[in-house]
Parts: sequence; structure tokens; C-alpha cells
Amino acid sequence: MKRKVVVVPCSGIGKALGAAAREAAYVLTEDLRPECTKITALGLLVLGDPETRREVEGGAAVAIDGCKLECAAKGLEASGAGRVHKVAVFDVIRRHRGLKPEGVTDLNEDGLRLARAAAEEALKFVDEEAADA
Amino acid sequence: MPDLPKKKVGLIACSGEEMAEGTVTRRAVRKVLETLRPDETVTLCLPLFLAGGEGERTFARYYPTIAVDGCEKRCAALATEKYSARPAASIVVREVGKEIGCASLGTGRRLSEEGRRLTGIIAERIAVKTDELLRKPSRPSPHRTRREGR
Repeated sequence: MKRKVVVVPCSGIGKALGAAAREAAYVLTEDLRPECTKITALGLLVLGDPETRREVEGGAAVAIDGCKLECAAKGLEASGAGRVHKVAVFDVIRRHRGLKPEGVTDLNEDGLRLARAAAEEALKFVDEEAADA
Repeated sequence: MPDLPKKKVGLIACSGEEMAEGTVTRRAVRKVLETLRPDETVTLCLPLFLAGGEGERTFARYYPTIAVDGCEKRCAALATEKYSARPAASIVVREVGKEIGCASLGTGRRLSEEGRRLTGIIAERIAVKTDELLRKPSRPSPHRTRREGR
């Protein structure tokens, strides 16, 4: 069975960019590449849940972070992921000037657009990994 | 009279993105923070807490916290206990869902009507726990320690 690319978003619930990171993970795993990606919770990963660790160790993963602390990327690296592609929503927004994401519980339209843009930045990596698998 | 920091309750949601229950924790905590008890609560960011955020850890060491978890793995409660102190209260969405007979909650991305109903119930329970915690004495907070030291 093909190993899926694990996608770990920021789990923050205080800022719109964190919410955009989470939505980007859903866009990637449910809309764009459902057949070869899988969302995983950061909390499980960092607390060392054995099943989650097995999914991550040595494999390919996408970290989608909302702020510069990059908790998702650090969590994946510390858990032994083989190849980590980092998507930083705070950088993605610089490439899409004019977007004004708002909302944490529910993102506004600009937040959803930013999420889509962030998800698309991981596509090349996911497709290459899927082709290798 | 010195301006002492107000005692608040820290809310920690598991936020588990892969399951509907995780989304219930997130939305319920936001509801408490934004509308039900905005002046009495703050949220603590679980990933930051796990990644070594000293502000989050120190808060949870001195102030009461409520861990809101989606499932029996209880990541939020375990992380709080491991890195700071045992949460003053713990709520597990899946258990409450069973208790009140909630069937399908939807998905992590989109909650169903039942999922939204459960979110409201969880938020109410968090608010009630918050009130209880602020009425009764809990772990020593920094300002209480100063007063006791006089």
C-alpha cells in the first residue's frame, strides 16, 4: 500500500493565519490531493502517540504553519519525518498582497483564498512524492 | 491598592484536525472566549505549549486551566499535566456526545447540525466550570503568593 504524505497544520486557535493554515490542510487533503495525502493532528504527534509516529517516521510530510514559531515543522522534524516541505502562511500572504484574512472560528473570503494559495504551494512536493512512491 | 492581575481560567483545546470532535473543542473554546466568558478566560495554544512556550506553561502552572479534548487520548489534558500542572477540569467531547446521544458530528472541516449542537453544549459546560473555578480557591497564583508573603 502506498504511504500517504502526512499533512500537519498549525493547531493554533488565536489568529486568522493559524485558521488559514488549518483550512489549507483541509484543501490539500480533501480537495486537491485526497488520494495521496492525510491530515494528522500536531498534538498527537508532539505527545508521541505511537500510531502517529509510525505514520510520520521516515516518510514525506507537509508542515503548514501560521506563525514564525513554526510548531508544525518543528514537530515533524522532531518526530523523525524523512522529508518535510514547509509552507509558511505568513510568507504566502506576502506573495498575495491585498488579501486580508480575518476570523478564527470562520475565515472570511480572503482567508479562504489564502488557504487555497497555501495548499497549492505544497502541490509540487506532494506530486513528486506520490510519483516516487 | 495595587493593580493586581485578574485571575482568569486558561482554556486548552486539543484542536485535533483529523476528527470532528477536535473541531468541536476548537469552536467551543472560541465561543466561550468570544461570547460566553470573554473577561474570565484566555486560550492557551496547545502547539506552543508543547513546543516550549514559556508564557503558556507559566500561566498553566499558576492559574486554573480547563483541558478540552476531542477523544480519549486526551492530548490537551496530558500535555498540560506533563509541562505545567494538572488541569483543574477536563472535558472530553466524545464522552459528552455519548452521554447526550449525539450521533454524527460531521467532519473535521465541517460540522453537522448535531456537531454544532454539541459545540454549544460543550461551550456551556466550559462556562459553568469556569464559574466554579473562579469561585473556589485553586492553585496559588503569583499575586496570592505575594499577599501571603506579607
